[in-house]
Amino acid sequence: MPSDGKTILEMRGISMEFPGVKALDDVTMTVSRGEIHAICGENGAGKSTLMKILSGVHPYGSFTGEVDFEGQPCQFRSIRDSERRGIAIIHQELALNQFLSIAENIFVGNEQATHGVIDWRKTEQRATEVMRRVGLPDSPNVKIADIGVGKQQLVEIAKALSKDVRLLILDEPTAALNDEDSAHLLGLMRQLRDEHDVSCIMITHKLNEILAVADTVTVIRDGKTVAYGDIAKEGITEEFLIRHMVGRPLENRYPEHTPNKPGAEVMRLEDWTVHHPIDTERKVADSVSLSVHAGEIVGLAGLMGAGRTELVMSMFGHTYGVGISGKVFINGKEVTTRTVSQAVHQHIAYCSEDRKRFGLNTIQSVKENITAAGLSNLARFGVIETLAETGIAETFREDLNIKTPSVNVPASKLSGGNQQKVVLAKWIYTSPAILILDEPTRGIDVGAKYEIYTIINRMADEGKAVLVISSELVELLGICDRIYTLSGGRITGNVPRSEATQESLMTLMTQEKEKVHR
Amino acid sequence: MNIADYLKGNLRQYGILGALVLIFIFFVVMSGGKLLNPNNISSLVQQVAYVAVLSIGMVTVIVAGHIDLSVGSVVAFIGAVVGQLMYTYHVGWPVAVLAALIVGLLVGAWQGIWVAIARIPAFIVTLSSMLLFRGLAVVTLGAKTLSGFPEEFSAISKGGLPKFVGTIDISSSALPTFFRGEADVFTLLIGAIAIVGLVYSSFRTRAAERKHGLTPIPLSLTVGKLVLLGVVIAFFTYLVSLSRVGTPIVLIIVAVLIVVYTFVQNRTVYGRHVYAIGGNLNAAILSGVNTRRVNFAIFLNMGVLTGICAVIVTARLGAATPTAGNGYELDAIAACFIGGAAVTGGVGKVSGAMIGALIMGLLTMGLSILGVNESWQMVVKGLVLLAAVILDLFSKRRSVLAEVGQR
Repeated sequence: MPSDGKTILEMRGISMEFPGVKALDDVTMTVSRGEIHAICGENGAGKSTLMKILSGVHPYGSFTGEVDFEGQPCQFRSIRDSERRGIAIIHQELALNQFLSIAENIFVGNEQATHGVIDWRKTEQRATEVMRRVGLPDSPNVKIADIGVGKQQLVEIAKALSKDVRLLILDEPTAALNDEDSAHLLGLMRQLRDEHDVSCIMITHKLNEILAVADTVTVIRDGKTVAYGDIAKEGITEEFLIRHMVGRPLENRYPEHTPNKPGAEVMRLEDWTVHHPIDTERKVADSVSLSVHAGEIVGLAGLMGAGRTELVMSMFGHTYGVGISGKVFINGKEVTTRTVSQAVHQHIAYCSEDRKRFGLNTIQSVKENITAAGLSNLARFGVIETLAETGIAETFREDLNIKTPSVNVPASKLSGGNQQKVVLAKWIYTSPAILILDEPTRGIDVGAKYEIYTIINRMADEGKAVLVISSELVELLGICDRIYTLSGGRITGNVPRSEATQESLMTLMTQEKEKVHR
Repeated sequence: MNIADYLKGNLRQYGILGALVLIFIFFVVMSGGKLLNPNNISSLVQQVAYVAVLSIGMVTVIVAGHIDLSVGSVVAFIGAVVGQLMYTYHVGWPVAVLAALIVGLLVGAWQGIWVAIARIPAFIVTLSSMLLFRGLAVVTLGAKTLSGFPEEFSAISKGGLPKFVGTIDISSSALPTFFRGEADVFTLLIGAIAIVGLVYSSFRTRAAERKHGLTPIPLSLTVGKLVLLGVVIAFFTYLVSLSRVGTPIVLIIVAVLIVVYTFVQNRTVYGRHVYAIGGNLNAAILSGVNTRRVNFAIFLNMGVLTGICAVIVTARLGAATPTAGNGYELDAIAACFIGGAAVTGGVGKVSGAMIGALIMGLLTMGLSILGVNESWQMVVKGLVLLAAVILDLFSKRRSVLAEVGQR
């Protein structure tokens, strides 16, 4: 690893712990001046945490290890501190004000003013200057809402350049871009490197992009640095990256499960296409067809931005996306699932990946959460049989081993694992034919995970069809009978468990529609 | 769960109830007992009735995460319609009352269309309605005040139930003067029935809970609560029975609404959905709650209750005037927040709103008896509202800290 005067950034022995999880464990990373450095790894490997440390979002003191930037040690307490030193981060979710102009956005917080009065001519002049550097031909007075996502990304970079950035961090910069905009952005990164002496760190799942533009690459797995290399010198290939990204140890135990002989087809999607709600040109799911049979546990694997959640939510009551087309079949009959109640009526159940936002009402009691989706079963003329309701809640508490002092306490009092069981109970109570579980074990401890797996197995054994979305390949390999892979909104594979390995799945998950050429 | 834990868990509720009692005692002492005058008590009931009715509807609106700024203007508008019907068109008072409910329903539907169907924030829609219906009230009345309504109509607010069973003379000289007089037996009977009903239902709930394997709250607490509540009811029933009117009719109206709406909130699918929407809208949608229908129903309901309120207010004033109901929306909203409803939605109870309404009413009455002028009354009420919300904030922070500490 280079450590001469060419080094711009060195992070040594970085470790960080969140309650119960070791997010980063002795990570080391070096970036040289004037190079593009790529970081890759599975979802949850710790890439974002590392970048949050670098940009000061996780303040100095919340982690251990050292950060040296341009030869000076860094003790950032906020994003402002890191910006002052010339480090800028551009998040996947752009942070621009839609109602302000390009120029105004570029100088937000850094207004071109004399004695507190904004100098608009200077603002425009300087904006035009940095806009030219990023290749943005529009007028600086155009509103952000009126330009596309690709150009918005360029505005973010222009904003960073206006602050004399030395190191630019881009988190999944091309995830939301079309091919043309992606190519332009990658070209711009090269140009910044070659002509403006700006180093870049890019976090990306797109391995072909890494090989196309990056000079060096660090692979992170489970919070550890597992590989570092100079792409051209060492002839790094996609296979090399995949091999290092996967291969998580089998730390979670999985309950024994003999696969059921798949019964009749329960759910089938045909030609399902969904567009992004804001960027309506963009297809988030693209002619997806898949099917799940009774008694079968099917996995849906995909990296961040592959469109897994968007795919199922668009099907479940059209709760995501616009321009939705395609067919849903339940038990061989075509059905409409335009509203959630129609979907529930067709015995489809969907447990969201985001418990706090979409799964639970944490103010309401455990009991009220359990019966929330199946309340009509408990009501006569709109009046709830509250005693029967308590009985139902108690049954689920015992059945799923929900640890709570009482079913009447607010759901907020429960641990993550037990909250997840409450959400599962809610959907099991609707007697679904197909149970779609989105990241069912996210953020819960190992013991609770095992219990969730057991419940999933039981559901399959009872003849329900189960579709599991998970970021953890090991988990999918541990519990599923069959796994679909999704990349860029398209199904790229349909693999029986016996034939699937982490490597083969990752290869399918990173398969791109078109290659980006160097 | 021991008693201390239970009390800690319901700190907010008991805190606000305690505040009500303290405020009451404060005014009794400061007024030299004048507040306990039976006629003052029944007048308090008549005064509080309008806020009570409005806040029963408002608490549902707030729990669902909305707000209704228009109720004051709508009260004036419906009052105007009722007044015109009786004054100019000479329709019978029962028809006028029915018309009030129907117009209320239509107004609710109007709000519902924009809030629930068109999904415009309720703040904007009802702000517009606030102007709209105030204007319509003036137009309907031709900027005049109409008065001279039938006795029976005015009795809705001012009158009492007939003293069916006669009175008994209580004139023991051992009692303070306020506690002597002709007690209406029928009022006493109603109070007794209320107490028996309360005891019966409490114990039935306990039995049912035990049957379903639940641990009811500690027995001592139930008994304590019942004794306390029983004494309070008995005391006020006695005072009211001595008042000129006997049982105020509005008291019966409000009591029935409280019972009905408590049931709706706790026991019906609709009520549950209101809490679901207010607590976590996304989770509610993903659980199949039809948010449009529920939101529409919430505003229909608010409309009807505003209709009832308009009847009560018009009857009490004995007149329909364009300025009726001025500021009522704020009284109702304040009552809900004092009663523990959350600004962010998802939390709030009819019982809480009633305590809030009583505190507001008591402040008006008590300060008036003490001769504090209206401007200062407003200052005090404003501060009380702020204090209640601060209390909320602290009890919430405390429980958040307690939760973190547990982990």
